[in-house]
Amino acid sequence: MIEMLGERFTYAVIIILMMVGLYALIATGNLVKRMVGLTIFQTSVFLLYISMGKVFGGAPPILPYYEIKNDSLDPTALYSNPLPHVLILTAIVVGVATLAMGLALVVRIREAYGTIEDDDIAEADYSLELEKGV
Amino acid sequence: MSDPILLPAALAAHAPALLVAVPLILSTVAAAQPSGRFAWALAFISAAVAFFCAIELFAATRGEYAIVSYAMGGWEPPFGIEFRIDGLNAALLLLLSATALVTLVFGFSTVEDEVDPDKRSLFYSAFMLCFSGLSGVAITGDAFNLFVFLEISSIGTYAIIAMGWSNDRRALTASFNYLVMGTIGATFFVIGIGFLYMATGTLNMADMAARIAELPGNRVVEVGFAFILVGIGLKAALFPLHLWLPNAYAFAPSFVTTFLAATATKVAFYVIIRFSFDVFAIDSGFVQNALTYVVTPLAIAGMIIASAQALFQADARRLLAYSSVAQVGYMLLGLGIATAAGVTAGALHLLNHALMKGALFMALGAFFYSYGVRRIDDLKGLGQAMPAVGGAFTIGALSLIGVPFTAGFISKFYLIQAALQNGWWWAVVAILAASVLAVFYCYRMLVALWVNPKPEPEHLPNGHVRKVPLTILVPLYVFALANLYFGINSEFMVDMARIAAEAAINGGVGR
Repeated sequence: MIEMLGERFTYAVIIILMMVGLYALIATGNLVKRMVGLTIFQTSVFLLYISMGKVFGGAPPILPYYEIKNDSLDPTALYSNPLPHVLILTAIVVGVATLAMGLALVVRIREAYGTIEDDDIAEADYSLELEKGV
Repeated sequence: MSDPILLPAALAAHAPALLVAVPLILSTVAAAQPSGRFAWALAFISAAVAFFCAIELFAATRGEYAIVSYAMGGWEPPFGIEFRIDGLNAALLLLLSATALVTLVFGFSTVEDEVDPDKRSLFYSAFMLCFSGLSGVAITGDAFNLFVFLEISSIGTYAIIAMGWSNDRRALTASFNYLVMGTIGATFFVIGIGFLYMATGTLNMADMAARIAELPGNRVVEVGFAFILVGIGLKAALFPLHLWLPNAYAFAPSFVTTFLAATATKVAFYVIIRFSFDVFAIDSGFVQNALTYVVTPLAIAGMIIASAQALFQADARRLLAYSSVAQVGYMLLGLGIATAAGVTAGALHLLNHALMKGALFMALGAFFYSYGVRRIDDLKGLGQAMPAVGGAFTIGALSLIGVPFTAGFISKFYLIQAALQNGWWWAVVAILAASVLAVFYCYRMLVALWVNPKPEPEHLPNGHVRKVPLTILVPLYVFALANLYFGINSEFMVDMARIAAEAAINGGVGR
């Protein structure tokens, strides 16, 4: 058991982080905290990608300039996989845009309702519906 | 690519890139415009360019298993990002760009009515982001690129849904809930793509399909499929994952609701088809099992439960939104049948549903424009006050029920036929039961509309009843008459759906 955990330590961390994020998302009624949970959830996926790019014993995927110049590149050299990092750069940008969008909405909700607690918002909408008789 | 039919050859060669890039680039220009009308013109131009490109691609993919492959930036697939168009997504692209073009005409008056003057150019800018994102999802052949386009379209969608707040502040919470759920869905999709990348080492869908075929029984691949199905199922409003949809459709501006109802869930549905049939092979057991034992029961539950929920709605757009969830159930049932006939029926219903919901939501937008009403009770007598709009609404409602000689009948007919070919009599029972429920909820609206005296206007938004302008009536009748035309003369649509289904099942990216 310990051995298995030790081997897959990164995955264990990622799964815990993922569950923390999802739990925060579901358990809290505060919209800003929800955005925090969402961001933690997304970050755990970023870590999943980053960890899959790791090649044991691999060097950073940068070709030394002098080796290219002298045409003496080592064909057996091991490099880490750079592609997941590139993908995650894109995903981070997407995540930041989503976070900005979400927080902008929270600001608007605060202006319109005077609260950012989900329960209070639901109550305000409900009493509005009763008033209008929808 | 064969000879171009509309565009000059130099442009036609780059049609796949232009289709996505023109709206994307023009959206930044539109955001900088002080005038909403100029931004509208830019949006219209970009939709028109996309429409011409889509016609071009549609014509180029009519041959048997014809595929247009475009290497983005000259980087050859599978290393670079590939745009890959076959019969399946060509039909979807045509639907997308045609809908955008027609709804933009509708938006000309309604957006001026419902969105603040200083926000209009930003509104159109966000709309163009949403449109180009949706086309990007439909056109790309790269799994991670699909996620990026999905998020571009989603972020644009959240913004334009929230613009309904000036009429009803609940648009804000609806948009926020959609944002939270949509992001969870997209993140699940990325997890799935991550697993597939771990197992195959590629992101190009065609390449991925070839390598997945070499990995039978691989658990990582199967888990990846599960994540993708759940993530995209959320975007497609697959039954228990549909909770974001009713409020988002009910409180967004009329223009946004019309556009999204006709396109957004369809694109997600396309992604499900693409992944279940092309990237994964249907003959590998787990995909078949997932479609038969997960998607089919959920589709049937969605058809019946969402239709039943629709019966009890007070807000007309919310009612139609629940009905949309039910209609997604029909499409997914076609997918669950998983034969060529089933997928044809699903794709056909995808196209026809866009026509009927387009007409219905536009008519409701017209009622709101004239009388400022959204609730079914307030629709009373409006049929006599506005017979032209009421007539178009009735055509849409009849098509939604599936009355013969309307487009809705054709797709339900094909769906029932496909279910019977598989011997799934219980699916036929469910289709008919859901159709009966559709009769009831359409009956509620139509009775309110026609069987009541003309109302005494009470609290009108502008103090007087506004006449519906031609910019609303023309697109409304384009959709309404399309429902009738494709109900009588169905070959065009059926052929389109059949080629799409064949491309998905037999041709596809993997072969």
